[in-house]
Amino acid sequence: MTETTTRPTATLPTRRAAVGLTGVTKDFGQVRAVRGIDLEIHPGEVVAFLGPNGAGKTTTIDMILGLSEPTSGEVRVLGLAPRHAIARGLVSAVMQTGGLLKDLTVRETVAYTASLFVDTRPVAEVLATAGIADIADRKVGRCSGGEQQRLRFAMALLSNPALLLLDEPTTGMDVEGRRAFWNSIRRDTDTGRTVLFATHYLEEADQYADRIVLISQGRIVADGSGAQIRALASGRTVRASVGRVDTTAIAAIAGVDSVNLTGDRLTVHAGDSDAVARYLLDRTDATDLEIVSKGIEEAFLRLTGSSDSSDSSDSTDGSPR
Amino acid sequence: MTTSTAPLPDSFDPDTRRVPPLGGFNATMLGIELRRTLRNRRTIIFTLVFPIALFLAFGGQEEWNTTVGRGNVAAYVMVSMAFYGAALTAASAGAMVAVERAQGWSRQLRLTPLSPTAYILTKALLALTLGALAIGVVNIAGVAQGRPSMDVGTWIASAVLTLICTLVFAALGVFVGYLVPSENAMQILGPGLALFAFLGNVFIPITQGSLMWHIASFTPMFGVAEISRSVLTGDLPWYAVLNAVAWLGIFVAGAAWRMSRDTARV
Repeated sequence: MTETTTRPTATLPTRRAAVGLTGVTKDFGQVRAVRGIDLEIHPGEVVAFLGPNGAGKTTTIDMILGLSEPTSGEVRVLGLAPRHAIARGLVSAVMQTGGLLKDLTVRETVAYTASLFVDTRPVAEVLATAGIADIADRKVGRCSGGEQQRLRFAMALLSNPALLLLDEPTTGMDVEGRRAFWNSIRRDTDTGRTVLFATHYLEEADQYADRIVLISQGRIVADGSGAQIRALASGRTVRASVGRVDTTAIAAIAGVDSVNLTGDRLTVHAGDSDAVARYLLDRTDATDLEIVSKGIEEAFLRLTGSSDSSDSSDSTDGSPR
Repeated sequence: MTTSTAPLPDSFDPDTRRVPPLGGFNATMLGIELRRTLRNRRTIIFTLVFPIALFLAFGGQEEWNTTVGRGNVAAYVMVSMAFYGAALTAASAGAMVAVERAQGWSRQLRLTPLSPTAYILTKALLALTLGALAIGVVNIAGVAQGRPSMDVGTWIASAVLTLICTLVFAALGVFVGYLVPSENAMQILGPGLALFAFLGNVFIPITQGSLMWHIASFTPMFGVAEISRSVLTGDLPWYAVLNAVAWLGIFVAGAAWRMSRDTARV
């Protein structure tokens, strides 16, 4: 453990990003699904890929898993090419559907998967931990959706991966199931495992991720903690009737996103609505002033531009045929 | 000074991890695959019941004791039916990739250290094992029936040669399994192989030199069927070998081509 001198430090630096994307793009024919992503995820982080359907989340995850090659740019997982990281059992993924053979039993599925890795936890222990020991002899095809999902988790954790990827992991779960799921994931990440999950639920990303990477139309549009993303999305709208007003002065107030004057109706979008209100009441003849909070979901839609782009980019999310 | 950065937990350090030998190929996986296949009722019918039924149907004709090469007609029919049964079984084993793709299992396997070569090797061994089973039961049926006659050496050599020839159809099964989505692969392979068997001189002898015979000599079962019977007949024409090699090449290339393009999420 302390023999750092024997390590070939020239090729393998001691601290490596769990995931490193450099200028990654991906085209499917004429469609550009990923338009240049640079991202570094640190070991132990729980990161959410947040974005609407068709944003390029799944395409990016496929490249991290080595299932597809980027059109340009470089993908590294713990300093290795994705295929090499997978061959060492360092990366696992849990997909929301499929990935199981219906005519194998639960135990056979775990034993089969375990046999492919060099080091794995004992099959019996894994079945017990996942709470599927009592259905070990049941055919996978006869298991409920929840049982199949527990089986997928058992398989993913067999090789003790350093990086766990979850693609829309809680789709179809009820609130209680979702909470139980994330509790077990959070308990698991205490071991230092890095988790990257894709979701289109803002609330889920906010509640369970250390860091949110907001993706829209194949690009990262925001990257920060839940609080930072919420701040980005938490602007308010200030409306007032005005006679004479200097719109450039308002636009210059810190935190103002946009100023619009139609007739005598002034509409200002701003992060700091108090400053705008104070200015309007102190320095102008504004009347009928009202402050409306933008819904967080609405703000998220505005940020990701999904309302006007979903049609054109829906088909690009990971289904090249 | 080397401890300035927080170290990863040891087990997450890539340097401590090893890559499995043989691309992940192992006996546990092969055993589970075999058990899984033998649980499939359709496979059992193809492998055990169908070839025996065919042998008993075709091998009971009147001239069963007429001499053919180093044996008799009943032996000739037995070798042919063992070959047909093994080919069908191997093709159905190969075509299991269609089901595996449809259920997302192929994709799941790509998230493990299992290499494509090790996967193919497993499938080939599986096809050979099932083929051997099919050949075995037909031969046992032959012994039990008592009509086939050839010396032990010819008997064994024919069986082994037949087994090797079935690999051609394992490759065909994989090719079709990749071409045809979902579980329909066997619906195509079943009737297809029956047609090839008629054209390939497996079920009914076709008069040599006739137009039918010339057409037949280009079909995929013609060559391998001749080869598998060659020890018995003592005759191995060059065009049969050419036919077998060409079709093996076509099926293997086709399977490899489809497999390399298999990037889609199914």
